[in-house]
Amino acid sequence: MTTRAPAQALRIEGLHKSFGDLEVLKGIDLALDEHEVVCLIGSSGSGKSTLLRCINLLEEIDAGRIFVEGDEVTAKGVDVNRIRRRIGIVFQAFNLFPHMSVLDNVSLAPRKVLGLSRTDAEARATELLDRIGLADKRNDYPDRLSGGQQQRVAIVRALAMQPDLLLLDEITSALDPELVAEVLNLIRELAGNGMTMLIATHEMSFAREIANRVGFLDAGRILEIAPPAEMFSAPREERTQQFLQRVIAAGRL
Amino acid sequence: MTIGGGPIDSGELIGLAGRGGPRRSPRRMPPGEAVRSTLIALVSTIVIFGVLAVVITSSPNWPDVQDKFFNGPILASSWPKIIEAFGTNIALFVIAELLILPFALVLAILRGLPGPVFFPFRLLATFYVDFFRAVPSVVIIYLLGFGIPGLGLAGVPEDTFFWGVVALTLVYSAYVSEVYRAGIESVHWSQEAAARSLGLSRLQALRFVIVPQAIRRVIPPLLNDFIGLQKDTVLVSVIGVVELFREGQIIKAAKFNFTPFIAIAVLFLVITIPLARVTDWLVARDRARQVAGR
Repeated sequence: MTTRAPAQALRIEGLHKSFGDLEVLKGIDLALDEHEVVCLIGSSGSGKSTLLRCINLLEEIDAGRIFVEGDEVTAKGVDVNRIRRRIGIVFQAFNLFPHMSVLDNVSLAPRKVLGLSRTDAEARATELLDRIGLADKRNDYPDRLSGGQQQRVAIVRALAMQPDLLLLDEITSALDPELVAEVLNLIRELAGNGMTMLIATHEMSFAREIANRVGFLDAGRILEIAPPAEMFSAPREERTQQFLQRVIAAGRL
Repeated sequence: MTIGGGPIDSGELIGLAGRGGPRRSPRRMPPGEAVRSTLIALVSTIVIFGVLAVVITSSPNWPDVQDKFFNGPILASSWPKIIEAFGTNIALFVIAELLILPFALVLAILRGLPGPVFFPFRLLATFYVDFFRAVPSVVIIYLLGFGIPGLGLAGVPEDTFFWGVVALTLVYSAYVSEVYRAGIESVHWSQEAAARSLGLSRLQALRFVIVPQAIRRVIPPLLNDFIGLQKDTVLVSVIGVVELFREGQIIKAAKFNFTPFIAIAVLFLVITIPLARVTDWLVARDRARQVAGR
């Protein structure tokens, strides 16, 4: 049954997820090639965040299968901690650890999960922080940083685990408009370096620019998925057209 | 006695205003007004306490009361024994606190474990807390102190001090585990999600992310329980441990005088109040470190 497709970074088959009586995901099929960037758009409540959380196994799924690099992560008896270290996720609200310095935030998991020594983990963390221009903030606590800086630290914290796949859950939605650019620039750079990413976003122009494909999620289904040029200029589905018209009316495209 | 400086700033007295923290800046007063309000505070304090002192000392039986409760010579002669007995109370609560801190945390974590597999652990932990919070401490002390040595089992200590520590630990772990649990539940679930998403196991997430944040939040109520524990060490007197209260009773019986109990009250004040201030200061310092002077 398990057909191995070596170049596929992520494959989702028939994913269903309900919260009580509310079915949030009603059969999701999606595959990402290695180095591919896919953006998920859709109105709030369409299931974008839930889908990302399911891939990371932060939510238990009701039906369907998920493969990362050909390995089924939804198989019985699989070690979820091993799976999660291959999949990075960045949250809308950053979720940095407020009681730890920036350096400890970034080096905690490499030390405790990958077993790196403190020296090695901190060297790696400092190097990553240096790359985003925040090495001088490494001893500060997250609350001292701006939202944009916190979100970049959160991205670097995920990158420190050297994941195969990065999931971004509306990472600019909690930011002041003037701070959005610095975060998107970092994602642009990651895409340029070939990071495989699945991005839930409301930033349509960013999606158009960065994504290889854009998927429109509506009421728990991927209604339409296409290259951005096609998606934004000639969407096939009526629901997609309506959604994009609303976005345009709101001045967000 | 004078209270030096300016008008009393309650924040400063309590030590809530840590360095760099969200400090309420004192209202700048013109020098004349500052002197005036200090004088008013001083005079009002002297008048109120003066009137109280006069009323009490002019009561018809004051000389008797003074002799029975505030007797200098008796205090002086019994002081060494009181201090020695106080050492027993300190040993009781220090040992108990050191045992309670980890044990109560284990209880709190057991109670919070999800899933059907851990149901028996949750059940046990819940029953434990219900039981030891419901039964009066003094009864637990009595039953353990007299009951277990009474079984005559080989290898079971008969030392009443030992059973006093055990009883206090069992009772107060129930309270403290609830404090921990409240702290753990107050940490937003997204913190656990972030930790688990990085590949940390459930225990690692608790150990490095959830519990450190929880403990910071519950230090004031934790101190509350520990002050209660310190006071309750006198209950251990019921199984014959010669601690402060028991020593006071012995002196009272010998000399028909209550002065030792005044000394006991003062001793507990002397250890508790500085501890509360130091804790306030620690909490404020920690908060100041985390929250920016943005």
